[in-house]
Amino acid sequence: MSGEARPILELRNVVKRYSVGRGLFARKRALMAVGGVSLAVQRRQVLGLVGESGCGKSTLAKMVLGLEVPTEGEVLIDGRPIASLGRLERARLVQPVFQDPYSSLNPRKTVASIVGLPLSVHGEGSAAERQGRVEEMLRLVGLAPRHAAAYPSQLSGGQRQRVAIARALILKPQLLICDEPTSALDVSVQAQILNLLMDLQSRLGLTCLFISHNLAVVQMLATRVAVMYLGRVVEEGPTAEVMVHAQHPYSRGLLASVLTPDPSLGLPETGLGSVFPDPLDPPPGCAFHPRCPLAFDRCGVEAPLLLAHRGNARAACHAAERQAMAAA
Amino acid sequence: MSTPVLDVRHLAVQIPVADGVLHAVRDVSLTVAPGETLCVVGESGCGKSLTSLAVMGLLPSTARRTAERMSFAGEDLLTITPSRLRALRGNRMAMIFQEPMTSLNPAWTIGDQLTEPFLRHGKGSRRQAVDRAVQLLERVGIAAAGRRLVQYPHELSGGLRQRVMIAMALMCGPDLILADEPTTALDVTIQAEILHLLAELQREMGMGLLLVTHDLGIVARVAHRVAVMYAGEVVESGPTVTVFNDPRHPYTRGLIDCIPIPARSRPGVPLGTIPGLVPNLVGGIEGCAFRERCAFATAPCTRTVPVSHGGDGHAWRCVLPEGVPSLLENPA
Amino acid sequence: MSDATLPKPTAPALQKKRGRILGNPGLVVAALVLGLITLMAVFAPLIAPHDPYVQVLDDRLIPPAFVDAEMSDPRYLLGTDNLGRDYLSRLIYGARISLLIGLLTVLVSGVIGTTLGVAAGYFGGRVDTVVSFLITTRLSLPVVMVALAVVAVAGGSLRVVVLVLGLLLWDRFAVVMRSATMQLRNLEYVAAARSVGCSTPRILLGEILPNLVSALVVVASYEMAQAILLEAALSFLGLGVQPPLPSWGLMVAEAKEVMLFDPWVILLPGLAICILVLAINMLGDGIRDATAPEGRS
Ligand SMILES: Nc1ncnc2c1ncn2[C@@H]1O[C@H](COP(=O)(O)OP(=O)(O)OP(=O)(O)O)[C@@H](O)[C@H]1O
Ligand SMILES: Nc1ncnc2c1ncn2[C@@H]1O[C@H](COP(=O)(O)OP(=O)(O)O)[C@@H](O)[C@H]1O
Ligand code: SF4
Ligand code: SF4
Ligand SMILES: [Mg+2]
Ligand SMILES: [Mg+2]
Repeated sequence: MSGEARPILELRNVVKRYSVGRGLFARKRALMAVGGVSLAVQRRQVLGLVGESGCGKSTLAKMVLGLEVPTEGEVLIDGRPIASLGRLERARLVQPVFQDPYSSLNPRKTVASIVGLPLSVHGEGSAAERQGRVEEMLRLVGLAPRHAAAYPSQLSGGQRQRVAIARALILKPQLLICDEPTSALDVSVQAQILNLLMDLQSRLGLTCLFISHNLAVVQMLATRVAVMYLGRVVEEGPTAEVMVHAQHPYSRGLLASVLTPDPSLGLPETGLGSVFPDPLDPPPGCAFHPRCPLAFDRCGVEAPLLLAHRGNARAACHAAERQAMAAA
Repeated sequence: MSTPVLDVRHLAVQIPVADGVLHAVRDVSLTVAPGETLCVVGESGCGKSLTSLAVMGLLPSTARRTAERMSFAGEDLLTITPSRLRALRGNRMAMIFQEPMTSLNPAWTIGDQLTEPFLRHGKGSRRQAVDRAVQLLERVGIAAAGRRLVQYPHELSGGLRQRVMIAMALMCGPDLILADEPTTALDVTIQAEILHLLAELQREMGMGLLLVTHDLGIVARVAHRVAVMYAGEVVESGPTVTVFNDPRHPYTRGLIDCIPIPARSRPGVPLGTIPGLVPNLVGGIEGCAFRERCAFATAPCTRTVPVSHGGDGHAWRCVLPEGVPSLLENPA
Repeated sequence: MSDATLPKPTAPALQKKRGRILGNPGLVVAALVLGLITLMAVFAPLIAPHDPYVQVLDDRLIPPAFVDAEMSDPRYLLGTDNLGRDYLSRLIYGARISLLIGLLTVLVSGVIGTTLGVAAGYFGGRVDTVVSFLITTRLSLPVVMVALAVVAVAGGSLRVVVLVLGLLLWDRFAVVMRSATMQLRNLEYVAAARSVGCSTPRILLGEILPNLVSALVVVASYEMAQAILLEAALSFLGLGVQPPLPSWGLMVAEAKEVMLFDPWVILLPGLAICILVLAINMLGDGIRDATAPEGRS
């Protein structure tokens, strides 16, 4: 990445280890949920983060939100370490939209008080001003003023997700973290929410970390894409480059598994299998090698580094490196 | 076409709720031939699950089911005795649910749960049951199957649990499998694998498969025929290729257009959407149920819409004389 | 697309709630009974036909009309006790004591138990270890024995009974609140509140507590019934509220000598305790059903 303006979000070799007990008497063991991730998101950019369930996406998001503390490494927001920020200061910089619209809204509160909560926590404006801003925000996300008095249980999944987006945007944060905001929704509702996010992105110039397990969803919004596997970033680059010339076999597998509505194509051969490795006992060398169609002897021994082999994208793969050397 | 394993005509399900009667399934007709995959597709709440539960005779006790005909491999499901139905269920027709965790018993080992239907239906000895279980687990891609038999559901990942559910459904060699959103809770990569597996096993064993989903992307890749459901009705049905290439109902078109496609969908270019929400089905509905969300609605749509038929079994419930153009700015 | 995505107006929440309450006959009956008893207790001096403490030694053990029409006296609707005090008036004043003890005990035990349980559930770790230890310790004490011992030493009075029961009956609050809070803590709206910058007290009061209310109501009703029963038991043993206060438990105790000849003397306060306890339990269950947030629609 070039050294342009200071990035809004910067992760420097971030590691998160959990210690988990296995069974009643077994000793606690370390589970590496995130294993040394370095990423940056520039202003007005959307970084898409993709990977399978359990690869550490949400853990990463929680560290950026200050909900979890990294075991090692640093999270910088607008150049300042997140650990040095106060509770309110941090909230003004980063806001989340979570996956499950059914558990991300307090069922006992009205939409107006959910969306207005950030304002009242930060003591912004008079009650009337706050109400005005809440209404404005609801309109912006495509809800009617009368929804302000509704309870979450009276709304559909898509409408709830709009409320969550309104709550996240009302403080005008520098950075929005969307953790799989559409994977609990029907495809048709997913399209509405993606359109809304795209619209808000172009209107408000949002900076966003957008997490999903579906590459086709990520590409709708992302300027850059990072692919994660078992706690590490295995490929990172501009969206178009990753979508068209994915270098890592795992990225290619992810792309192949997207099911497009084209009846002339059968089911794709992803060549991945579906056995996600045990994060308590990660394979040596390249963690992907037990599933990799291109694996060769070096892969089981030596972990590949995230390096630029071609264009502006970086990939952590020995095969990609070999290919690039052959081409050179 | 050979005689269908499943033949449902004009199925309706009504559920009394606090403010009236919910007409959850209003008019559904389906047939599944042996070796055929029929996909039922539609948005959440359109009655897909209730339709499959109605076939299995597993509706909630308050629900009322009516149909002109409902037969499974020649047996009339409308008049069948409960004991006969139990003998069919899990044996000749099996079901795979959306959330494998809630349909696997957390207190039983995988092995117990796999062998139970086999033994209950008197298919063979315990030895044979265990052998078959191991063989099927290997078949569905679970390594070290023998060791898995003694594990509990919570010890398996979501993808593995769904495979166990599939193996369980196959234990007695059923004629028909009803799979209700079997991959909705899973990642895209695992989804592709599971669907592969289902399609392959189905071809091998010549079963009928009724697959319920909300994603037309899945339908396009696995279905022989498709039935699009909206507000408790089948609004369009036919061979998959025909329905995708020439959708006649605006709702079908909407479902196709809202799927993001690598390399076609681009940042900034919105996806197609179906504006609005599913109508409230309490108290029933007059005219086309889709008209409040339909860009083509006209006066005739407020009256009962007749079913139109094309060639090769294509049928739709819409007054539009010709197909529906894609509303996307840059259709493929 | 934005404006078209609106649903048809949903049924107003209030109407729905009302439907749920009226659709539950148990809840309605319990509320009516409890309301009646409460009114009786509050306005006892206005309602009671006689002074509950005045002994008319000539009018001892007059039976009510429905027991013995000939012996009955229209001045004493429910007859008199063995000291010639009007039984109806004593029952009405007794409701005061039962309700007072029930409410105060639940207040004391609820505050203790909820604080401990919510703290343990929300903070986990060492706080949880300490609270769990306290709960285990408390559960290892036999309530009735300890209450008896303490009251026997400290002497029976309304205040002592409330304090002793309050300090003993908090365990269920703590256990239920702890596990409910643990579940709530992991929900995404709590994470969202933290991300928004809410302070811990604000999260506890604004996000966690409101969602504990229905569980709290159920436990409170159960504990209130329990406290009323225990008070009756203590008073029956002569260790609770002291005579001449008209506690229902005490009335049962005083009646036991004449029980064989005049069983109604013991039946009336016994029945009163039964009805009150049943009504409280039914109300708790009904409120839980009526206030649970609606499921996914
Ligand atoms: N509090 C925790 N204690 C122990 N292990 C945890 C904890 N939170 C997460 N993990 C583990 O860390 C790994 C990464 O989890 P994470 O939630 O970040 O995955 P994810 O990529 O967001 O997956 P999904 O797509 O399912 O949301 C997993 O193996 C998970 O089991
Ligand atoms: N047990 C039930 N009681 C009342 N309503 C129900 C019940 N089960 C389903 N419904 C309603 O019936 C409709 C169709 O449900 P379902 O078949 O589950 O939809 P889906 O297409 O998402 O599978 C929905 O409106 C749902 O809320
Ligand atoms: S390093 Fe080896 S195993 Fe890993 S992705 Fe590349 S080729 Fe496959
Ligand atoms: S019948 Fe009318 S309203 Fe219904 S889908 Fe066809 S055009 Fe639209
Ligand atoms: Mg996650
Ligand atoms: Mg369903």
